[in-house]
Amino acid sequence: MATRMCRPDHRRGETGLSDANSTVSCEIAVPNKEGMHARPVMRFVDAASTFNASVNVTNISGRNERVDGKSAMEMMLLEAVQGSVLRIEASGDDAQSAIEALSALVVSGFSDGFSAKTNAS
Amino acid sequence: MKLSELIHGPSLVPELTATDRNGVLRELLQSLADQGQIPADQVETVARSAITRENQGSTGFGKGVAVPHVKHACLTKMVATIGRSSHGVDFAALDRAPVYTIVMLLSPADAPEEHLAAMERIFRYLQRENFRRFLRQSDTTEAIMDLIREADESSD
Repeated sequence: MATRMCRPDHRRGETGLSDANSTVSCEIAVPNKEGMHARPVMRFVDAASTFNASVNVTNISGRNERVDGKSAMEMMLLEAVQGSVLRIEASGDDAQSAIEALSALVVSGFSDGFSAKTNAS
Repeated sequence: MKLSELIHGPSLVPELTATDRNGVLRELLQSLADQGQIPADQVETVARSAITRENQGSTGFGKGVAVPHVKHACLTKMVATIGRSSHGVDFAALDRAPVYTIVMLLSPADAPEEHLAAMERIFRYLQRENFRRFLRQSDTTEAIMDLIREADESSD
């Protein structure tokens, strides 16, 4: 079952950034059977790249490595299988919109053209 | 997972003859078949899958590398090979640049976790600028395998 939990981080107090640069994060499980393979990664990176906000992703069920959500090569390091929980963090003026769009993409199974129950190739 | 155990050394193609994407995919698959890594009568079937996959979205991730991959029911084990092109091949890569190093990964249809682990390992190495540069410069099977073994030794 996919979980979605979006919340503003309160790091701006520590970093001195303005509200416009707040960090928003979200934790969400990868729903599709094939996990986050190359095509989902490409879709995620394409979507992340449409925002000004910086986007970072951590597979908190995996090795907890934080990677750049706009780099396909780095995103391939997540090794996110079905059920892995991703923490997506966005920082910048459109961080909230980025988190909403990216979490919706993950929930959809990356618009892979297959449902979570389908054995996608 | 060690990359040197995933890459089948005898199937490496240190200088590809093909100059176009589909030709490169077929040449690498034929090399794997010639070395008994995939059934010879499945080369065309797997090639068609690989081409379909590329048409859905290029596996040319940029920086001169492509990682074409296929999951197919006719494959019973995971295996990978590498082809090198000194002229560069148009893979419709993300950065539109030619591809000089092609890492092809074949996986059985029902092992998504193994497949993701293999992809992680491949990209872990391809991230490194030095690894990409030396790989592009390695023009023999021995040089490529030495480089991969060295990378394995310096990894976790």
